Amino acid sequence: MDELLREFLTETNESLDVVDVELVRFEQEPNNAQILNNVFRLVHTIKGTCGFLSLPRLETLAHAAETLMGRFRDGMPVTGEAVTLVLSAIDRIKSLLAELERSEREPDGDDGDLIRELRQMAQGAPAPSAKQAPPPSSAPPPPRPVGPGEVSLEELERAFRAAPGPVPAKPVAASGAGAPAADDDKGNANGADKAAGQSIRVNLGTLDHLMTMVSELVLTRNQLLDIVRRQGDSEFKVPLQRLSNVTAELQDGVMRTRMQPIGNAWQKLPRIVRDLSAELGKDIELEMHGADTELDRQVLERIRDPLTHMVRNSADHGLEKPAERMAAGKPAKGTIRLSAYHEGGYIIIVVSDDGRGLDTGKIRDKALAGGLATEAELDKMSEPQIQKFIFAPGLSTAAAVTSVSGRGVGMDVVRNNLDQIGGSIDVHSVRGQGLSFTVKIPLTLAIVSALIVECGGHRFAIPQLSVVELVRVHGLSEHRIEHIKDAAVLRLRNKLLPLVRLSSLLKISPDAAMPAKGYIVVTQVGAQTFGIVVDGVFHTEEIVVKPIASKLRHIDMFSGNTILGDGSVILIVDPNGVSQAVGAVAASAPAGAGEAEGARAATSDDMVSLLVFRAGSPHPKAVPLSLVTRLEEIDCRKIELSNGRHMIQYRGQLMPLVRVSEDAAVKHDGVQPLLVFSDAGRSMGLIVDQIVDIVEEKLAIEVGSDRPGVLGSAVVRGQATEIVDVGHFLPLAYEDWFRRKDIGSGPSERSLLFVDDSAFFRNMLAPVLKAAGYDVTVVGRAEDALEMLRSGRNFDVLVTDVDMPGMDGFALAEAVRGESRFGDLPIIALSSYSSPESVERGRRVGFHDYVAKFDRQSLIAALKEQTADMTRAA
Amino acid sequence: MMSAHDTVEAESTEYVTVTVGDQLFGLPIGRVQDVFVPERLTHVPLAPPEVAGMLNLRGRVVTAIDMRCRLDFGRRDASQPMLAIGIEFKGESYGLLIDTVGEVLKLPDSARESKPANLDPRLARVASSIYRLENQLMVVLDVDRVLDMQNGAVAA
Repeated sequence: MDELLREFLTETNESLDVVDVELVRFEQEPNNAQILNNVFRLVHTIKGTCGFLSLPRLETLAHAAETLMGRFRDGMPVTGEAVTLVLSAIDRIKSLLAELERSEREPDGDDGDLIRELRQMAQGAPAPSAKQAPPPSSAPPPPRPVGPGEVSLEELERAFRAAPGPVPAKPVAASGAGAPAADDDKGNANGADKAAGQSIRVNLGTLDHLMTMVSELVLTRNQLLDIVRRQGDSEFKVPLQRLSNVTAELQDGVMRTRMQPIGNAWQKLPRIVRDLSAELGKDIELEMHGADTELDRQVLERIRDPLTHMVRNSADHGLEKPAERMAAGKPAKGTIRLSAYHEGGYIIIVVSDDGRGLDTGKIRDKALAGGLATEAELDKMSEPQIQKFIFAPGLSTAAAVTSVSGRGVGMDVVRNNLDQIGGSIDVHSVRGQGLSFTVKIPLTLAIVSALIVECGGHRFAIPQLSVVELVRVHGLSEHRIEHIKDAAVLRLRNKLLPLVRLSSLLKISPDAAMPAKGYIVVTQVGAQTFGIVVDGVFHTEEIVVKPIASKLRHIDMFSGNTILGDGSVILIVDPNGVSQAVGAVAASAPAGAGEAEGARAATSDDMVSLLVFRAGSPHPKAVPLSLVTRLEEIDCRKIELSNGRHMIQYRGQLMPLVRVSEDAAVKHDGVQPLLVFSDAGRSMGLIVDQIVDIVEEKLAIEVGSDRPGVLGSAVVRGQATEIVDVGHFLPLAYEDWFRRKDIGSGPSERSLLFVDDSAFFRNMLAPVLKAAGYDVTVVGRAEDALEMLRSGRNFDVLVTDVDMPGMDGFALAEAVRGESRFGDLPIIALSSYSSPESVERGRRVGFHDYVAKFDRQSLIAALKEQTADMTRAA
Repeated sequence: MMSAHDTVEAESTEYVTVTVGDQLFGLPIGRVQDVFVPERLTHVPLAPPEVAGMLNLRGRVVTAIDMRCRLDFGRRDASQPMLAIGIEFKGESYGLLIDTVGEVLKLPDSARESKPANLDPRLARVASSIYRLENQLMVVLDVDRVLDMQNGAVAA
């Protein structure tokens, strides 16, 4: 194909994608001169280039579209109809281009129909096909008063003139210069949006080849490093070090050339959603967050279609008709949200809607009818497990087949596509409230830094990204492996970490007992921190992650494999898989495979480690493990009675002991188990009868409680368990426990708005915040919070959970930041996930601080800081 | 997709002959990439029993499948030397661990027979057809079936 033509096609296709997006925006904000200018210029460029390349059919069509756009520029009101017409003209241009690309010549035919409609519309005919006499068009429409934030026509005109007109590619530089000329033109027109790009086009094959070569270079470099390491002192050492640094930079640079913002894959979605909303008669808003999250272009290509499919699904199956929505008490306009962010070496993409959610009953029937499972099997399954059937081949829940979806090829194709790149997909749905898909894609092609460990005579790599620290344990060291019932734990700086032995996890050694000595790789995945016990630790090495063979992909414990410097193949341990296993081990019991599956499925949600104990009554009680500082067993003879209260000398201080209830007796002989809670140098012991276990559970308090000291009841390991309110006991030990910290913060109570969808956290944190001297207002939904703020209630600070169904914390912060009357209202985010990426994202949307959910102390500190700032500012 | 051994226009097909246990197998030569001595096998925990491990073959990660185990022929004697046939399957490299490699036989397609009903089920699972050679039976391996683990090794 002619070089010039090829350039033209690439160039034009890109421009058209932009026009699509811009036009949809334009329809929403008809007064935005910037957008109008962009669209006009893009169409104009296409027209100009077509003329130059003598493609008359395209040129005429583009010209007609341009004329209509020109009328908009002149002040003609923008109607949805007109935009639809321009979009269909653009679709026609696209199909012509496709044909042109295939056959290298402009297809024969006539676009008279479209052009006529475009002209009529441009002349102001109300209905494009109606044969009405055009109204007198010579008189310019009377100038409309310019509203605030709008741009007057004169200004627009001036801006338009100031921008240099499109220059048809100079014929002199036949092959090369054509595209850059157009490029410059576009760059200038978008001047406000992006700087004139200094970029060149590089063939993708060249980039891929470059990447392969760099991977090989890294491996060879590793081999050399390995040789030098074994030889000890060598004259190669210094130059090799330099080679190593250069390689690292090269690798970094090449990786960067392959990264593209995920927004590229989303570009077509606004147009698709717009068309769908017209076709389906639904009002749909598409929100996109994190469009600048970068990912490898190869991965990007593979997820483009699945994402489009999911968005279509949401629009078609998920969202209800406006009337239905109103009846259900929801806003008539449905929302589809797309968000993307990095987390722990993965890219997470969430597609969610606020529609009707999945009908588990219907899925169940379909699964049964399709022979995917038997009745008995289905009876044993939890709701999320049944929902997973939507990923099975040939299961579509749409009752009627529409042109949009419901053809039986659906989520299974999406899942297959993701499987191919080693990704995973999960679904979470609440009936009537919406549906969200979470897509997780590993950086399979990436080069990552990994810790090489030894276990049972085998070596494994653990990605450095999730490793927090290394702890060495032996009989005499400060850190020891301890056991609570069957669960091994490590005490590390007043925290209890669950431990898992890699060799038993991988079933390498039959001996499940914890060794007395070894290394513990402290690992963090999401909110969960745990220790992986290994026999030895070697070094860290840059490894090229290669996807694991498809035959082995079902093993959750590995995310890939690689070739080490010494030429041997080793497996890369997937911290996510281990973390799920840790949860499953904690919740073990004689669990069948099905139950283990269930436990794994639930891990992705709000899993909380709970310490289960008995005190006073035979019914189990539980507290979140992260609140507990230490577990102690003390000699009963050491308990003293002072001033009517039980005390004990503990670590050189007098520590008060508190009973859970009046029935809980203090033992008189033997050992007394205690839960120790510490805060700011003070400790309190909660007297319990027996420590039962540590379990990982999704905490849902089902029955509230009026009894002081009990938040409510939840099902923990299939048993009704009282969730103990630690906040209630702390002031019993020290009356001033909470108050003491804000001495000096001023007598006036500051008002605080606290948003959290979980009743558990509302119940736990609200008293804590109140005790710290805030006038606390609690709401369960971000939407309610926003409404409250908009209704004019004044708050000094906003504390919000990040992960909430519907509007989440990020969206809330954005909304609050978007309205100037809220000024600089401090916003503190609470999250169970606090990866650096999400913190960074939080900062961008306007959180002042980011605090882990259980970290009461930091929360109080952050509040004090924010409200103090405010005092200074005032 | 037609695999090489289905080719009809050629009047004969070349087979790489290998033995596993005492059984002679033939692999269509088009599917065989190389024959190598497997070294430094990395054990894969939690893997199906027939996955003997992974190894580095000139910069590629190869998954080794123990044919004895795949065929339910019992455990491999550790002292016994072994060889591997390198094949590619859906873009991934696999190595089939076998006992010995014999000569390459060029056999007429007309002599090929469909597998008899009374063929040992362990062989029938992975065979595409058979040849009756002078003094023994050669089972033509269907490589795709060998690697289809669902087509149970231990189960069935």
